[in-house]
Amino acid sequence: MVDFYFQLHPVIQAVLKGLAVILVIFPLGGICSMAERKVSAWIQGRPGPNRAIVPWIAWIPFVGTFLQRLGLFHVMADGGKMLFKEDALPGGVNKFYFILAPIVAMIPALTTVTTVPFGAYLDGHGAVIPLGLANVDIGLLAVFAVSSLGVYSLILAGWASNSKYPFLGGVRASAQLISYELSMTLSVIPVFLWINAPGTEGTMSLAKTVEFQSQPGFWGGAWFIFIMPVSAFIFLVSLFAETNRQPFDMPESEADLVGGFHTEYGAFKWGLFFVAEYAHMIIGSGVFTLLFLGGWNPLPWISLADLIGWLNGITGAAWIIHPLFVGLLSIGIFLGKVVFGIFFFMWVRWTVPRFRYDQVMELGWKKLLPLAIANLLVYAIGIAVITK
Amino acid sequence: MADVLFNVFALLTVIAAAGVVLNRNAVNASMCLLLSLVGVAGLFVALDAYLLAFLLLLVYAGAIVALFLFIVMLLDAKGDVPAPIHKIPLLARIMAFALVTVGLISFFTRGRIVSPDLATTPALGSSLKLYAYQLFTIYLLPVQILGFLLLIAMLGVIVLSKKFEGMDDIK
Repeated sequence: MVDFYFQLHPVIQAVLKGLAVILVIFPLGGICSMAERKVSAWIQGRPGPNRAIVPWIAWIPFVGTFLQRLGLFHVMADGGKMLFKEDALPGGVNKFYFILAPIVAMIPALTTVTTVPFGAYLDGHGAVIPLGLANVDIGLLAVFAVSSLGVYSLILAGWASNSKYPFLGGVRASAQLISYELSMTLSVIPVFLWINAPGTEGTMSLAKTVEFQSQPGFWGGAWFIFIMPVSAFIFLVSLFAETNRQPFDMPESEADLVGGFHTEYGAFKWGLFFVAEYAHMIIGSGVFTLLFLGGWNPLPWISLADLIGWLNGITGAAWIIHPLFVGLLSIGIFLGKVVFGIFFFMWVRWTVPRFRYDQVMELGWKKLLPLAIANLLVYAIGIAVITK
Repeated sequence: MADVLFNVFALLTVIAAAGVVLNRNAVNASMCLLLSLVGVAGLFVALDAYLLAFLLLLVYAGAIVALFLFIVMLLDAKGDVPAPIHKIPLLARIMAFALVTVGLISFFTRGRIVSPDLATTPALGSSLKLYAYQLFTIYLLPVQILGFLLLIAMLGVIVLSKKFEGMDDIK
């Protein structure tokens, strides 16, 4: 099986790998919408969705009722509804851009996955090899560049709908996303200043960031959230704004814009916008994990290689150092952190009230941007003094 | 494979660029500009200049064209009937003619222009360190001049966007 895979043409291998990752991300987006409803119910003290069930599962005693209360079948019901609902095209819309917008939403969301590493395995010599679709040196810059194209789906959807509220949503989206991109980019520069010691070949690779956080010693093993809390905070706030999550969901704020840019959308096109939003959240939370939460290292100051070494020392079993086991373990640790990140997104959404639009702009330009510049200057001077 | 990709991206760039000029609808033109920039980024990737490719996407495709669209939508700029040729200023006509002539000449003589030897040309766009080093040594003066230009533009924006009504506003 493994040999057969490696005999295939590299292009086919890449396509298979890409499909595998998309097959994980796409359903995760659907499950996230379910999780959102359950988490919001939990935070507000409601039972949440607990009715839908497939008849023959309801016949199983205890387990059937338990699954019903869990609300798992609402995912299927939602998906089915989106697929089979009438896909209405309102009159007066610009058809080409109206249909293009949801597609444009999906493309950047799924393209950024290629440059995000999601796990690692040990080769025979104890070196940690990252797992990912493409481990490029430009790493984070590629993620920023491609995900910045996501704004077009919102602008186009708003404009093509030929309706007041979506249009306002689209205009808000374009201003908001560009404003917060600045602070976001500035906030991660200290991380790369610290990683790229003078004299070495410069890199912006996300895998290198994780490698840097898994060195021995106190400073080597510390995650960047401890060394650079301000950077992490600015990045996180900008991430909320870039993914249009509350308290920053200006483009769709239901209270004043009906549904914002997707007011005129329905059925599967609407669903695509939502899968794209959740995919952006998954990628954003993944990038935050890689940059500030140590990637696939289980705990601060305990790297993946340490953990495997201990497990191997205790049990002495050969399968523990097998690349397949280490790979799955590291992917599990990474996904655990990403899922916690997504939970954090939801936690904030159901806790903090929505900002007003002028407050969003003021926070972005008058507070976060100066803070990000000051943070960069302080770290630049500090790193220059330390590494001298 | 790389050659095919290069040609595909080159074709995409040229067709999209033609679309920018020929489209009456300003939104269509901006979208063509976006497509053209993505094509240029693809060309850079085909030439192993990954840094330039992603910077182009980040700055131009991600932010500047989005601002163009923002303005176009805000002003609701519909396409206008093009002005008859005798109403265009003479200088503009001469400039356009000269640009087209230069473009055509360079297109037909491109085989005979001496191009630098690829093997000895340093690949500046391929590595972050090399790129940054060049920026702060050989090309320091252009970088400084561009910095001043941007500073002046920034001051201009502040002056234009702030309403000065009396001496109290300056304090």
